[in-house]
Amino acid sequence: MLELLLQTVVNAVYAASFMALIAVGLVLIFGVMGVINFAHGELYMLGAYTVVYLYADQQLSFYFAVAVGLVFVGLVGVGMERTLFRPMRGNPLGGLIMSIGLLLILQALIVMGFGVRMEHISPPYQVPIALFGIEGVMIPAQRLILIVAAVVLLGGLWIFLRRSRLGWAMRACAQDAEAAALQGISLNQTARLAMCIGAALAGVAGALTAPLVRTFPYMGHSVIVAAFIVIIVGGIGSLEGAIVASILYAFVHTFVTTFVDGVVADIVGLVLMMLVLVIRPTGLFGTKDRA
Amino acid sequence: MRSSGNGLWTAGWLVALYAVLIVLPHLVSFSQKEILVFLMINVLLVVSYRLLTLTGEWSLGHVVIMGVGAYASALCAKAVGLPVPLAMLMGAVVAALVAFALSFPLFRMKGFYFLIGSFAAGEIIRLLWKRFREPFGGPKGLKLLPSFPDIQIGEVTVAFFDPVNYYYLCLIVVSVSLLILYRLERSRVGLVFHAVHWQDKLAEAVGVNTWRYRTLAFVTASFFAGLAGALLAHYLTTINPNRFDVEQMVFVLIWVIVGGTATFYGPILGVVVLTVINEVILRHMGIDQARPLIYGAILIATMMFLPNGLESLVPKARAVFARRAPIKGPAEAD
Repeated sequence: MLELLLQTVVNAVYAASFMALIAVGLVLIFGVMGVINFAHGELYMLGAYTVVYLYADQQLSFYFAVAVGLVFVGLVGVGMERTLFRPMRGNPLGGLIMSIGLLLILQALIVMGFGVRMEHISPPYQVPIALFGIEGVMIPAQRLILIVAAVVLLGGLWIFLRRSRLGWAMRACAQDAEAAALQGISLNQTARLAMCIGAALAGVAGALTAPLVRTFPYMGHSVIVAAFIVIIVGGIGSLEGAIVASILYAFVHTFVTTFVDGVVADIVGLVLMMLVLVIRPTGLFGTKDRA
Repeated sequence: MRSSGNGLWTAGWLVALYAVLIVLPHLVSFSQKEILVFLMINVLLVVSYRLLTLTGEWSLGHVVIMGVGAYASALCAKAVGLPVPLAMLMGAVVAALVAFALSFPLFRMKGFYFLIGSFAAGEIIRLLWKRFREPFGGPKGLKLLPSFPDIQIGEVTVAFFDPVNYYYLCLIVVSVSLLILYRLERSRVGLVFHAVHWQDKLAEAVGVNTWRYRTLAFVTASFFAGLAGALLAHYLTTINPNRFDVEQMVFVLIWVIVGGTATFYGPILGVVVLTVINEVILRHMGIDQARPLIYGAILIATMMFLPNGLESLVPKARAVFARRAPIKGPAEAD
């Protein structure tokens, strides 16, 4: 029982790292641009397919594929900001609808390029590592890489936002875009940067998990639902909230999945979100009503 | 004088429209007859959705509410044993009741939060269908539902497994529903819906209970969505949770946005034009996999170049015709 409990905790930590990578990007995009990016799950899917193509099909190094995934999806994000979200500035529903249109396009492109069947990639590291010296508590090395990557990337982002001028500019835009613009901060530039970072985080999450999950063109759907739950519970627009809510959601979801079943876990997550929306729409960490 | 002239014009147009609608199923192939049935049902779905948007709220749960109507009607007919027409009505009523129950948590939210809240509520309902094999049939859904009973008119038996006859049934049900929805919008209640959307603070200040009107719009829209679902269930005779997932909701959004929501006919225009593009042109070209791509591109293009939807082209087209035609008096101004 203790083994199962500890194993579930390990699984939850992995799920939390993964969720945080997705949700922080989504919150960053919303904070700076005021757009809910419905296509965020598809950016994650693009990251996964970069690895499918470069690592599984072209036999290139796994880390190279992940790096390409990060850069490529980041650039897709920049393109989205320029073509889709900039014309819709000040119209939150418009940005959301644009991202729904893009979601359909990206899914169809991947279906046309790779087919609808699920791709299964053998992970580069197969050895599970025993934790705490207990045989029954294992973590596959592949999952450990994602946890490390999440800590490093999100830590780096946190330092960037607190310590650099550009990071300050982004936070200023998130607080009050008009005042920030009056101080000479370029809204276009910060929006581009936020979109690039947010997309790249989703891409890297997809690239690193590609060998762990089955990749298929509609894999973004379940991820985006979970990410919405996380950003609502954490308080939309709050990075700290997104991280705390990722951990909370991952633990609840993993434990309910292990001890009851997966569908009930999904229902519990959605009920949690409804409760937050009814009782405290600003979420655990949100300060003001932004939407 | 002007109103009677206008009325005559409208009546003429309606007669012509219904003549086309009645003849149409006899001019198309079998698979296109089926598509006409779905198109009729989707028209009811988008027009009921527009009623909801009148009060300013965009829901992502409308297709699930349609599913509530489908499941309730299916269970009433199959498990309880009600005659199908009565079961369909029950389906619509249950959908309205579920919407009424949901209105208590949902109308504490507005705007984006309502959007996400309605999505969550819809997903919860859908997952409950998936989770509970009894009575909802789990992921595989409900099968072998009773179909609409044959009607005996003198010597002729009208059988509703024939898509043409089911199309006529849908045409009647949808026409009556649209008439009710149209009258509702033109009534005092409809004016209040507009007020709640554009000036909710002012409406409250003059004594309008905005909560009550938003609930009324939501419940009425859900009633007709449930009716659409019931029509679908007893035509397909099988339903499952995936038929009412968020992908279907995305299509409803696209139809409504491409058509426009300012006028009664906007969403109808959207669903008809996109269905024709989808089924006639794209199917003909044989590029099945690219269809969502083209839908997505149409959605983005509409947002960029035609933000008020296809309906905004109608007055322009009228103006062009009016300029060409010799002066006819103020008949076209309505």
